[in-house]
Amino acid sequence: MSLTRLLSMITRTGTMTEPVADAPIEIREGFVPPACLRGSAQVRHVDAGSCNGCEIELGAAFGPVYDAERFGARLVASPRHADVVTVAGVVTQNMVEPLLNTIDATPNPRVIISIGDCTRGCGVFAGSYAVAGSVDDFAEVDVHVTGCPPAPEAIIAALRAVTRR
Amino acid sequence: MIDSVVVIVVHLVFALAITPVLIGVMRTVRARLEGRVGGGIVQPWRDVLKLFAKEPLRAPGSSPVLTWAPLLLMASSLVLCALIPLVSTLPLAGVPGELFVVVSVLLLGTVALAMLGLEAGTAFGGMGSSRHMVFTALVEPTVLLSIYALSVPAGTSALAAIVRSRRDDLSTLLNPVSILAIAALIVVVIAETGRLPVDNPATHLELTMVHEAMILESGGRDLGWLEFGSWLRLTALLGLTVNLAVPWAVAGDASWTALLVGVAATTVKLVAAAALLAAVEVFLAKLRLFRVPELLAGSFVLAFLSVSASYLVF
Repeated sequence: MSLTRLLSMITRTGTMTEPVADAPIEIREGFVPPACLRGSAQVRHVDAGSCNGCEIELGAAFGPVYDAERFGARLVASPRHADVVTVAGVVTQNMVEPLLNTIDATPNPRVIISIGDCTRGCGVFAGSYAVAGSVDDFAEVDVHVTGCPPAPEAIIAALRAVTRR
Repeated sequence: MIDSVVVIVVHLVFALAITPVLIGVMRTVRARLEGRVGGGIVQPWRDVLKLFAKEPLRAPGSSPVLTWAPLLLMASSLVLCALIPLVSTLPLAGVPGELFVVVSVLLLGTVALAMLGLEAGTAFGGMGSSRHMVFTALVEPTVLLSIYALSVPAGTSALAAIVRSRRDDLSTLLNPVSILAIAALIVVVIAETGRLPVDNPATHLELTMVHEAMILESGGRDLGWLEFGSWLRLTALLGLTVNLAVPWAVAGDASWTALLVGVAATTVKLVAAAALLAAVEVFLAKLRLFRVPELLAGSFVLAFLSVSASYLVF
C-alpha cells in the first residue's frame, strides 16, 4: 500500500474505539484486587485446551474497537512480566503442568481470570479422556467470565475489575 | 563546582520525570494512528510504579547476574543522562563528558543486558543477546565516528562543548558534514534503543524479538529497573541527537532562567522527536534480521563520509 493511501486511510478511519458497555462477570467472594495493580495490569494468556473461540474474543478485546489498553491492560510475552493470568478452555492432560508452571512463574501479587464456560464444568468436553478437569480444580480463580464464547465487553469488565479504571 | 552539581541534578530529575511521559507520548501517537484510544501518556508511569511494588521472582539456581544486571543498566543509564548535555552545556567540573566516556557508559548498559539474556540459559535469551551484540558492534563505531565528525569544527570531543559550539555558531548546522553525521546518528539511535525497523518494541513473536528476548526471565522490581533503564537510554540518545541537530535554547550556564528555558526547550524538542519517531514507525515494517547489518553499515558509511568531508569543509 502506498504511503498516501495509508495516510488517507488513517485520517478517514479516525478512532474506532467504542464506549464500553457493562457486562456481567463473577467475582470470587472475598476477592480484593491488589492495590498495586490499580491502573496497570499486564496479562499473560494460557490456552489450556480451548476451542479458540475465547482467544478470538480476547484478541478483539485488545483490538481497536474495544481497546483494553485504555483501561491499563496489556498482553505480554512472559508470565514473569504478567500480573494477570487469563485461562481459557478445559484443562487437558498435557496442559496441567504448563498451566501450573505459568501460574507459579507469575510474580505476586497475581490475579487469575478464567474465560468462558469451559473453565467451569468443562462444557461440551466434560467426560473426555483427554480432559484432566476444569480450571477451578487446579487453581483458585479470582474472576470468572461467563459465555461461550464471552463477548469482549465481558472480558474487558473482568480486566477493569482488576485495574479499576 | 556548585554549578556542575546543579546541572547534574537538573539533568537527572529532568530525565527521570520526562522519560515515562516520552514513552507514553510514543505509545499514544501509535495508538491514535492505529484507530485506538491507548492508555494515555502517563500509563508508563503507572506500569513502572506497579513493577517496583511487585516482588521479583527469580528462578531457583539463577546467578546474581539476574539481580545486578538490571541495577547496572539503570545506573549506567543515569550516568548517561547526567553526562549528556540534555539541558545545559556547562562543562562539568571533575566529571569527564568526553565522547569516549559516554560511549563506554552506553556499552556498559548494553553488556549488562546481554549478560542478563545469557543468564537464564534459555534459547530466546541467548538469541536476543547475540543479536544485541551484533547490532552493538555495528552501532558503537558509528556513534563514535558521527559525533567525531561534529567535533572537528568544535576542536574538542567533549559533548557539552560540541553542542555549545554548534549553538553559538549556527553556520556549522547546515553543511554536508553536519547533515550526514546527524543522519547516521538517527539510524544508530533507532537501532540502539530497539525501535522499528531494527527491533519491534511491541512484538511477542519469539523469532523477531531482540530486546524483549533478553528480559523475558525478569519480573517484578527487576523488570522495573530494566524497563526504566532502557527508556532512559532512549531519552539520553534522543536528547543528544536533537540537541546536536537543533541546539537552540540549550542553557550555557547554571543560572535558573537559562536552566528553565533549557528544560522547556528540550521538553518540546524531545516530545516532538518522540512523536515523529512513533508516527514514522506506523509506516515501517521490521527489517529482516540479515538486512539490519546492511542498514547499520549504511549509517557507518554516512558517518565515514561525514568525517572525510569535515577535512574539506573546515
